[in-house]
Amino acid sequence: MSAEPGGRPFLAGVRPVIRKEFRQIRRDPRSLIFLLCIPAFLLLVYGYALNFDVKHVPLAVCDLDGTQASRDFSARFSATEYFDLRHRLSDARDVDALLGREAVGIALIIPRGFGDDLAAGRETKVQAVVDGASAMTATTAAGYIGAIIQSETMRFTLEVLERRGRSRFEPPLAVETRVWYNPELRSALFLVPGLMAFILMVIVVISTAFSVVRERERGTMEQILVSPVRPAELVVGKTVPYFLISLASAHIVLLLGFLLFGVPIRGNYLLLLLTMTLFLTGGLGQGLFISTVARSQQVSFLISILTTVLPTFVLSGFVFPIRNMPVAIQVFSYLIPARYFLVTLRAIMLKGTGLGAFGKEVFFLAAFAAVSIAVSMMRLRRSGLEERPRRLGRGRRGAGS
Amino acid sequence: MNGNSIEVHGLSKRFGAFTAVDDVSFDVRRGSIFGFLGANGAGKSTVIRMLCALLDPTSGTAVVGGHDIRREPEAVKASIGYMSQKFSLYGDLTVAENIAFFGGIYGLPKARLREAMPRVLEMAGLRGRERTLARGLAQGWKQRLALGCALLHRPEIVFLDEPTGGVDPVSRRAFWDLINGLSEEGVTVFVTTHYLDEAEYCNDLRLIHAGRLVGGGSPQELKRTTIRHPLLEVECDRVVDALELLQREPWVRELSIFGTYLHVGVEEEAEGRKLVAGRLAAAGITVSRLDRIAPSLEDVFIHKIEAQTKEPERER
Repeated sequence: MSAEPGGRPFLAGVRPVIRKEFRQIRRDPRSLIFLLCIPAFLLLVYGYALNFDVKHVPLAVCDLDGTQASRDFSARFSATEYFDLRHRLSDARDVDALLGREAVGIALIIPRGFGDDLAAGRETKVQAVVDGASAMTATTAAGYIGAIIQSETMRFTLEVLERRGRSRFEPPLAVETRVWYNPELRSALFLVPGLMAFILMVIVVISTAFSVVRERERGTMEQILVSPVRPAELVVGKTVPYFLISLASAHIVLLLGFLLFGVPIRGNYLLLLLTMTLFLTGGLGQGLFISTVARSQQVSFLISILTTVLPTFVLSGFVFPIRNMPVAIQVFSYLIPARYFLVTLRAIMLKGTGLGAFGKEVFFLAAFAAVSIAVSMMRLRRSGLEERPRRLGRGRRGAGS
Repeated sequence: MNGNSIEVHGLSKRFGAFTAVDDVSFDVRRGSIFGFLGANGAGKSTVIRMLCALLDPTSGTAVVGGHDIRREPEAVKASIGYMSQKFSLYGDLTVAENIAFFGGIYGLPKARLREAMPRVLEMAGLRGRERTLARGLAQGWKQRLALGCALLHRPEIVFLDEPTGGVDPVSRRAFWDLINGLSEEGVTVFVTTHYLDEAEYCNDLRLIHAGRLVGGGSPQELKRTTIRHPLLEVECDRVVDALELLQREPWVRELSIFGTYLHVGVEEEAEGRKLVAGRLAAAGITVSRLDRIAPSLEDVFIHKIEAQTKEPERER
């Protein structure tokens, strides 16, 4: 009369679960919008806002010398796109006020006698005052100033040497720097792969964690667990839809990254797909695991955010270089799957290198995926329902309302 | 299985130091309506969960539908239907989609699902509302649809955990008609409730209190054998004062409060009437009615629980 227990093919329970999940997602367009549009939206916001390129820094020049040489020198700065000359000062004491109200980011003070000293071949000092309150900009801007001053120094030296009769002088050491993969050093190229990792991780973990906890809250999980559906079937059935949707979401991000920020895919697309699959599978496992720990949607949301946003943002090398971190935190970052994903993404998208360059990372991603899925399945099987019943009024009257 | 659908031997479940179910044994006859009664937290749901192979017992065994719950949980699950007080349906799926989903997870082939669909719709009274979202249904319909979904695979045993909670009296009545119909078809119905009027519909009852069985039998049997002394129903003003007053009287065998009146168990009827009336009148309490009544299941239940509580605590 009843369905034969041993007779049903393995994974037979998967299809109805998948169909049901898709129907529920379709009924709740908000979740679909959340899964497809939020990543694209985040890409736009972060892609344009998270920009470390330092250009058009407002500049003040206090030329106390007022000679042709000093005017030429300060023109070197305003001629680049890195600095915009905003103020010319005649008193060095005004610098303080300008920096203080952030009217300028950098002030250049050329001392009296600058031109004479140069002409005489004597050492002369130029002072650059940088607003260190925004450290990142200050460092970069100071670097630019250093570079400009150095090239000026070289030019003056050559002039002096020439005047002293060494007409054809070649400097003994010349550095010629070439930046590979991202010749213009655009932040977007560096950030978009990181954003992919960040967005995918957050979306996939939250959506799976929610989908299981919601069933538990509404009691439908219990109804499924009393059926002959196996935990493995349930896990596969619940994760496949979210996996496909987040993969679609990832492609939207890739496409937007290319169209808006010119982020290419130089390497093998199939390799990219493989690493994305591994990474997403790991995230799904993590989400499932959270759902077996958390008892309410709020708690699961909180855990999801804490275990995805912070680690992927801070510890993956997305924004902050890992090698600058304290050793203890560096060690901890090895536990963050996004760290490995990021290496492979940058390698495939920007460098176009093959598996040989990041085989280790792919291995770690696969290991993370396997472990997280296995652990969550074990927990779902064992403690899917083993909640300790609340201790309610022992010895209360048996009469109902 | 000699006519029993369920056989339970010494089943216990402990959560840490807390014993939720303590050495419970009983049999359920095939095709009977078996009522499992107890307050919230008495251990009813824990027993059901063990019998549905959702929870492993700490000790003891149970055979459900011919299958051992520890060794063959999958076979147990395939032979039972289960419905909880939450009427676990998907509110964001339609009536037909809910039926299709539960048919699917029980491995019903397409042909059987097509045949079962109208039967379930008919039973739930939802014909023509296949495309309604389940969340839009009134409680009574949700309840019957949930029952229909639990019966899709034609299980030989169905577990109903507080199936009538939050449902209006008319729907409750209709629901019990369904349960009676199932029993007539030979399906064993295992039902928990804390509505004692519903317990009257059962063929066989077990009372559970603090994890232990405190009594059992058919409702008639229980009422006949548990309380043998006369029971008086007293309607009076200031019931609470009256209760406190009578509590101190040594001749009161049984005392409980039912809203605006009291049930008082006495040694002998005529003598008891006089004692109750006299004691209350002396305290200035007006008695408007004093009748001998047959004990209800509720009286039986209170009696059983009090008997167990008075008994010296066995170590747990």
